Amino acid sequence: MYNGGKIIIGLIIFLAFVAFPLYYNIGKVSVKPEPKLDTSVIQQLKEKKCVEPKAYMKAEHMKLLNEWRDSAVRDGNRLYINSEGKQFTISLQNTCMKCHSNKKKFCDECHNYAAVKPYCWDCHIAPKEKEI
Amino acid sequence: MSISRREFLKIAGASAIFGLGGMAIINEITDDIEASQFSPGPDALIAKRWAMVVDMRKFKTEEDYRKIIEACHSIHNVPDFGNPKDEIKWIWTDTFEHAFPGQEHEYMEEKLKRMPFVLLCNHCDNPPCVRVCPTKATFKRKDGIVMMDQHRCIGCRFCMAACPFGARSFNWRDPRGKDDKGRPFIKEENKEYPTRTKGVVEKCTLCFERLAKGLKPACVEASNGALIFGDLKEPNSEVRKVLSTNYTIRRKAELGTMPSVFYIIG
Repeated sequence: MYNGGKIIIGLIIFLAFVAFPLYYNIGKVSVKPEPKLDTSVIQQLKEKKCVEPKAYMKAEHMKLLNEWRDSAVRDGNRLYINSEGKQFTISLQNTCMKCHSNKKKFCDECHNYAAVKPYCWDCHIAPKEKEI
Repeated sequence: MSISRREFLKIAGASAIFGLGGMAIINEITDDIEASQFSPGPDALIAKRWAMVVDMRKFKTEEDYRKIIEACHSIHNVPDFGNPKDEIKWIWTDTFEHAFPGQEHEYMEEKLKRMPFVLLCNHCDNPPCVRVCPTKATFKRKDGIVMMDQHRCIGCRFCMAACPFGARSFNWRDPRGKDDKGRPFIKEENKEYPTRTKGVVEKCTLCFERLAKGLKPACVEASNGALIFGDLKEPNSEVRKVLSTNYTIRRKAELGTMPSVFYIIG
């Protein structure tokens, strides 16, 4: 092999560079997000249920929010009937956030962990949070 | 093993039938779930064509004007940048010659000339803003409201160029910001309604969010009967009664945008 030494050294430097994120994070434990549901409004609910089952909300809340937005703004339909036949007013600020008033512990906890930055709060007003 | 032309066609035909059948069944199931999920609220005000009549005879003092503008701008978090260049306005006033160009003349009644006219988005039947919007962020609802979908607006301002009434404002600055003296542009945020962000166009939406709750637009409520709101396609509605008993004019009717805001003058 011509210039074998140079090539091997080059390869080692390249691999070290590419694998940097891997060994940089070895041994560091990133904190698992633990979204909190306890707000005073939720505590007062007799039946602690969101608009749809928990598993669905966990996986599909962004889809539901998108549908809600289109329904309210574009079709003028502001009433949501869930899979159990219960009715909810479609509104991020006035329905979702009235219960989940702990935005930092409920929304941001996971969004920060997953490095997802939804632009909801550029316009919608987040509820005032009380220090706990 | 080779397949004959006849056999190939048989298999292709059969699989097409199965495929289409299967699709139809799946569509049937998903449609059923989706169709029952959304509806307008039980209290929502519904009309075929919303319209407004502005009775200029009932505007006497500055307070009358201030009240309706304040009612609209405060509940919709309309920022006040304190600068006419950056101004955001949903409902505002201007002189006769600016509001109705071409209809003024030099021998007009002096009072009429100097009177401030209440102006807002005309919610045209044939809105030019909707035609030019490349993202369909502004669109006409079935009930005639020319709506803004702030989620979709890319701030190209084609609609502002197309609107002959100057009813649209662009957010050059962040409405959530503060001025040099540290005062916020929105004095008191209404927590029930979102603000806008920098780089979008906004305008009057005829209080679509209040109509959904069964309430009339905020300006109509605050106007003490000077603004009349109702369904243009309903022969017995209040607007139709007012329109049939008074002489009314519209802004720039000659442009063919068919405004839905009518003015009773003197």
